[in-house]
Amino acid sequence: MASWKYLLQSVLYAAFIALIGYFSVAPAYRHAHPELAVIKLAFSHAAERLEPCRKLTPEELAQLAPNMRRPMECERERLPLLVELEIDGELVFRAEEPPTGLWQDGAATIYQKFQVQPGSHELVARLRDGRDTVGFDYEQAASVELAAGQNFVIGFRAAAGGFKFQ
Amino acid sequence: MNLLKDFGRRLFERVEGGFDLAFPAEWNPFRQLGALGWFFYWIVAASGIYLYIFFDTGLTRAYESIEWIMNNQWYVGQVMRSLHRYASDALVVVVVLHLLREFSLDRMRGTRWFAWFTGIPLLWFLYACGISGYWLVWDVLAQYIAIATTEWLDTLPIFGEPTAANFVNSAALSGRFFSLMVFIHIAVPLIMLFLMWVHIQRYARPRMNPPRGLAAGTLAALVVLSLVFPAVSQAPANLDTVPAVIGFDWFYLAIYPLLDVVPGGQLWLGLAIGTVILAVLPWAPPLQKLATAEVDLDNCNGCGRCAEDCPFEAIIMGPRTDGAAYDTEAVVNASNCVSCGICAGACPTSTPHRRATDLMPGIQLPGYPIAELRDRTRATGQALSGDDRVMVFGCEQSRDLAKLSAPGVGVVVLPCVGMLPPSFIDWVLARDLADGVLVSGCARGDCYQRLGGNWTRQRVARQRDPYLRARVPDERVGLCWTPSGDRAGRQATLDALRSGLATAPQLKRRAERTRPAEATGG
Ligand code: HEM
Ligand code: SF4
Ligand code: SF4
Repeated sequence: MASWKYLLQSVLYAAFIALIGYFSVAPAYRHAHPELAVIKLAFSHAAERLEPCRKLTPEELAQLAPNMRRPMECERERLPLLVELEIDGELVFRAEEPPTGLWQDGAATIYQKFQVQPGSHELVARLRDGRDTVGFDYEQAASVELAAGQNFVIGFRAAAGGFKFQ
Repeated sequence: MNLLKDFGRRLFERVEGGFDLAFPAEWNPFRQLGALGWFFYWIVAASGIYLYIFFDTGLTRAYESIEWIMNNQWYVGQVMRSLHRYASDALVVVVVLHLLREFSLDRMRGTRWFAWFTGIPLLWFLYACGISGYWLVWDVLAQYIAIATTEWLDTLPIFGEPTAANFVNSAALSGRFFSLMVFIHIAVPLIMLFLMWVHIQRYARPRMNPPRGLAAGTLAALVVLSLVFPAVSQAPANLDTVPAVIGFDWFYLAIYPLLDVVPGGQLWLGLAIGTVILAVLPWAPPLQKLATAEVDLDNCNGCGRCAEDCPFEAIIMGPRTDGAAYDTEAVVNASNCVSCGICAGACPTSTPHRRATDLMPGIQLPGYPIAELRDRTRATGQALSGDDRVMVFGCEQSRDLAKLSAPGVGVVVLPCVGMLPPSFIDWVLARDLADGVLVSGCARGDCYQRLGGNWTRQRVARQRDPYLRARVPDERVGLCWTPSGDRAGRQATLDALRSGLATAPQLKRRAERTRPAEATGG
């Protein structure tokens, strides 16, 4: 093979590795604004059951097979969650989230992101998981100081008393 | 569809023509894309095994362990890590080109649906490998991928609880999902290997290794890249910050930015539709082809040459069923047969010299029997005039082959030059149907019927059964291996052959014995 052919091959190989090398890291992708902070509202929580559990009467109990006897009768289906988030007095999110699961008996999941300017913010989170049709079962407020690029999470754990700001 | 294929074909021809200036025809990377795929796969596998030895599969130490490999192993760790990344990227490039090329050159319809169809899951697995791989580094890119991927997965109703919850912030972070990724990154490449093997099941002698020169050049190029521009991690992941501006591997992640504009569910739907469209392409529209090869047991002696030469594993040698004194007979598996006729070119009984009035070889295409090839050749030869007449046997893949026709040039088209029994060359010269024979097929390394060109070259060079007879002077036989659109190249080879005919030695003939049957053209 003529040596100029090898030279030409080298040029093509060089172009090939340039292509591979370049697009393996560049151009950089700007997924979020680096000067902003993010507030994530993210949690799963099971609302109360649609129908309250009911004590079985002695007659009903007697009708059940002995190994099936249980004190309470519960429907599986749950209520939806109602969730609100206020940032600096402005309602940025309000949603009624249905339960998951084939029988509508699972937890409802909230997963929302909000980009905000860094600095101090007043946050109020509210959640209704019961049968009352007005008001909220949980409502918590927090003043937070966010840095640029910070990922701030509002979680929820009923066992730990409700919303968790971190 | 044809318009699209035609456009693709012309584009590939252009680019490949450029590469042909630099590379010998068989080294041209565009003709070796599948083989390069295997080659890159092995590089990725080898470097991956190496990295795994030193990799800490725990979420908290993964990043550090990669830094350690990069910094404490002189150049070895750095090169291995970089090769792993760059060969994976190169794999994407060649696989995508491979797909486009097989589509453009229409090597995926009819019986050839199988390789196409099995290639589609390979695409999915390839991406699963790459994405899970970037996850393992656990730098900010990995963090972005973890969050974006789990959010995207959560748009599908497959996981009971949201997977994105694993990556909400550092307090919620658990190594569970990370371990799953480590597992996926090892299991999926193995599945891929199995599928790659399935992918080439219908091919005899699949090309799994690129020619040495090309392999060496490619590997050297990747090593140079690894030394000059080693792959590095980005900043370590920190789930309490937002990954904002991220270095991105566009070969694997190009689809991710779409998630910022299109809902995840719609993107899944788009990918599903795209996959289904790819999957039905081999039947859009169904291929019209000649009937598949048929065996005539009366003329089959069980020599096995057809099975040896069939590029599509469509012939097996089975036990004799007609009581003849041979052990085996050829059996065609019609669902693998592409009707290339190469088997007929291999069969020792396919010779025009035979006196049987009804020329019937052991195997041939019923839609284009050898007897018809002989009739066409004779008719074409008899119409030629001059003292430098040439009979061109060419394959139907050569575009506008018939335009070579001239008063002294006749053209006989075959499904593949591999269908031409070498005895035809001898016969044309012996019968004075022409003064020279030109065999014109696809470019080296790129035979449309895979092996027809190879076998023809070997038969004519008297290295493969059936051999071209020794009495045929080489000066009277021209071979031309050009890309489909290279009319000028074919014309040039033809002209060169014709200009040499005046001084070429004559075919060494035995003393003429006139036989009545032959005189009338038996
Ligand atoms: C890891 C990925 C892949 C590898 C390593 C690979 C490798 C190969 C190899 C070695 C061949 C045989 C070539 C020969 O010997 O003639 C082949 C053929 C083929 N591949 Fe792939 N392939 C891959 C992915 C794909 C994909 C994604 C598609 C398209 C959806 C595809 C479509 C085809 C077709 C249609 C053929 C048959 C060509 C013919 O009939 O001549 N491949 N591939
Ligand atoms: S026609 Fe081609 S594919 Fe079919 S059996 Fe003969 S050699 Fe094989
Ligand atoms: S090449 Fe011809 S004779 Fe030999 S096995 Fe095949 S069909 Fe039979």
